[in-house]
Amino acid sequence: MLTLQVNGTAHQVDVPDDMPLLWVLRDVLGLPGTKFGCGIGQCGACTVHVDGKAVRACSLPVSLVGRRPVTTIEGLAEDEVAAEVTKAWLEIDVVQCGYCQPGQIMAAIALLKGNLHPSDDEIDQAMSGNICRCGTYRRIRAAIRNVAGAV
Amino acid sequence: MAMTTIAVSRRQALAGAGGLLMAVVLPRARSRAATVTRIVEDQTGPFAPNAFVRIAPDGSITLILPNVEMGQGIYTGEAMLIAEELDVGLDQIQIEAAPADEAYVTKALGTEATGGSTSTIATWKSLREAGAVARTLLIRAAADRWVVDPASCQSEAGVVRHVPTGRTLTYGELAVEAAALPVPSGPVALRDPSTFRLIGHAQHRLDGPAKVNGTATFGIDIQQPDMKIGTVAACPVMGGVLLHVDDRAARQVPGVRDVLTIGNAVCVVGDHYWAARKGLEALAITWDEGVNATVSTETVYRQLHEALQGPAIVANTKGDAKTAIKGAAARVEAVYQQPLLAHAPMEPINCTVHVTPERCDVWVGTQVPMRARDAAAEVTGLPKEKVFLHNQYIGGGFGRRLEHEYVTQAVQFARQVPYPLKVIWSREEDLTMDRYRPAYVDHLVGGLDAHGKLVGLSHRIVGPAVVARWAPEALLPNGVDDDLLVATVETPYAIPAMFLDYARRETPGVVTAWWRGVGGTRGVFVIESFIDELAASAKVDPVAFRRRMTEDRPRARAVLDLAAEKAEWGTTLPEGVGRGVALQYVFGSYLATVMEVEMSTMGTVRVRRAVVAVDCGRVVNPDQVVSQIEGGLIFGLSAALFNEVTLKNGRVQEKNFNTYRVLRMNESPAIEVHLIDSTEDPGGIGETGTAAAAAALANAMAAATGRRYRRLPLTGPQA
Repeated sequence: MLTLQVNGTAHQVDVPDDMPLLWVLRDVLGLPGTKFGCGIGQCGACTVHVDGKAVRACSLPVSLVGRRPVTTIEGLAEDEVAAEVTKAWLEIDVVQCGYCQPGQIMAAIALLKGNLHPSDDEIDQAMSGNICRCGTYRRIRAAIRNVAGAV
Repeated sequence: MAMTTIAVSRRQALAGAGGLLMAVVLPRARSRAATVTRIVEDQTGPFAPNAFVRIAPDGSITLILPNVEMGQGIYTGEAMLIAEELDVGLDQIQIEAAPADEAYVTKALGTEATGGSTSTIATWKSLREAGAVARTLLIRAAADRWVVDPASCQSEAGVVRHVPTGRTLTYGELAVEAAALPVPSGPVALRDPSTFRLIGHAQHRLDGPAKVNGTATFGIDIQQPDMKIGTVAACPVMGGVLLHVDDRAARQVPGVRDVLTIGNAVCVVGDHYWAARKGLEALAITWDEGVNATVSTETVYRQLHEALQGPAIVANTKGDAKTAIKGAAARVEAVYQQPLLAHAPMEPINCTVHVTPERCDVWVGTQVPMRARDAAAEVTGLPKEKVFLHNQYIGGGFGRRLEHEYVTQAVQFARQVPYPLKVIWSREEDLTMDRYRPAYVDHLVGGLDAHGKLVGLSHRIVGPAVVARWAPEALLPNGVDDDLLVATVETPYAIPAMFLDYARRETPGVVTAWWRGVGGTRGVFVIESFIDELAASAKVDPVAFRRRMTEDRPRARAVLDLAAEKAEWGTTLPEGVGRGVALQYVFGSYLATVMEVEMSTMGTVRVRRAVVAVDCGRVVNPDQVVSQIEGGLIFGLSAALFNEVTLKNGRVQEKNFNTYRVLRMNESPAIEVHLIDSTEDPGGIGETGTAAAAAALANAMAAATGRRYRRLPLTGPQA
């Protein structure tokens, strides 16, 4: 039995040690906002925050999370940076199919929390681990710049 | 065609609602009751004059949208079409995905389907008519209640007003009376486009809020009581079958509940995906790999290239191209090769099924709801009306979900168990069990006269006929797949003499399928590459050459000129940088694309900038047109630069995003899209950007290096 801190709540979970955090979130805790894309840390659809840092939940065994707090797309209600990010996303209609967007948004929030005014290179560096097959990159970059300008 | 909507009877509309459970409640309408309305066959029930509009006495207004949302923004565009004529705001509605029903068939595709950039073309008139019919009846109901002339009443924002007295009634208050009125049998008047409030004015996506806060439900997110999760290994060689499976180790994996088999696949079921996945890895499976076990990429290309000689079906002739080429001052010849491609949508293939003796429920994101439903009926033996297809948001379609073989497979597994079963394919299964965009080889010969003018074009296409499997009745009587004529016969140019023939060669070892841009993506690469080769032979600038060929094609000429101007065509570029242009008329829309590319001495390719001019007729939601061009280009660039599905021993070698590389943010260019004002009927847009990408890029690379690129992908070993 492991204790996980997810979105401010402690959860007791009885799962194998090697089970990736992604599947604990989706199939055990019922938090489907975090998406499965590749299973090998290549696409970023499963991006969540562990201790405030963007990590790939598909490749992180749950036993390695320990006591560090986990935040998913469902846990952003009180977060001011997240509110600015989602507002910026909506203002310029970033999303298309939307499947990768929770991961994109989690990556963007982690970037902006560490660096409120990222350069284009820094945006590229932080976001290029997140694939979007619909090709919304230009708008993601623009939305991040708009947040930086607004804060 | 125009009166399709009106011809849909109430009876059909009611029948159509039988399987309707999914409701996408618009976030903007959150203050309203989030009712998941269902039509009941009851005269006191809600007002449903056709299959697209329902209004309940409680005031809820539901629009049922015939096409599925997979990113292209169609829920928003189609809601705008209905709401424009119904006189409601987008903040007053809720929307529902259409169920599997004849009422939602796309005529051009022969079934209920979202694809081929047909949605807006098909619904531009019919959905406005659906809204107008509903509004007309609501006004008449109000006029009857007040005993006044309907002409003295107006509608606005869900309310009917009697203009002389100022009395008002809401649509909800009129729903019961409007439902009792006969639906008009003749045409109804549509708004003058100059009075449009919504159409042509950028509206935010209705699915935006749910997709940024993580609440949007995709097929893979479905939860049902007592549901279990399975993952699948199918025979890695197409056509092979399962001989034996030793599942003893798999059943020891904690959380594994069942191991299920069908003729060519095994499904391990667990409490969660991880148990299923670990269980699958613990299986010892013996396959009979069958006849395709020796197929390789070399086999595929050899067969295509061999068919450049020998017999072929004449697909199109205009004038006497062969004689014109013989007598030409200069002859230009080229062979182009395009690879097998995977769809690789972000959401891996999945399908959730619950089979009971009485009914079958299927939760899936599908571009072909009726086919998916019918497949479930066939597997279970249940009548179609006992199969309930719940269509979901699709995490990327690109043509993959025009197939439904994964629904068949999921139902074959699910009928063996009493609980709801969610089948999720791993990314590896998704990529290696895809149905692929075919490989093609094209041979073109062109003749130029002494002034460098094209006098004749001869063209052979070699490749599969996807339509022969997907819609056999649509294969032309002479055996030609008319998808191959897109962009090759119907071009933006005046070409005096043309000859096109087709050697059909089905690809061994894989199933071939539709892929974003279909014949347009295939054909524009070939034709626009060749136009550049002709221009080079004629020693004429590529834009000037195309201008000469579009003298009597004003819409094509206009996009070409606009793109060239915005891209500063003709200005000097640094060493190693080149510009390429592509002009196209596909899906009823004109596009000109100018791509700027930087080639390093190391051989790396950086796409710096893309400028696109678009004339797609009347625009419904302008910013979403821009979005589709941006995204379509990126999708096409990924494939043009990097992608090729290869086969070895009958097995697909590209298994995940590390070997099937996708363009990332740091590699994606600046994109500018310029829309031309037009009053023509709408053309399609969702696939046009993808169709433009490879040709514009290959032409830019040729400009940068001085050599031609005739084989895709452009950074692959074949190039």
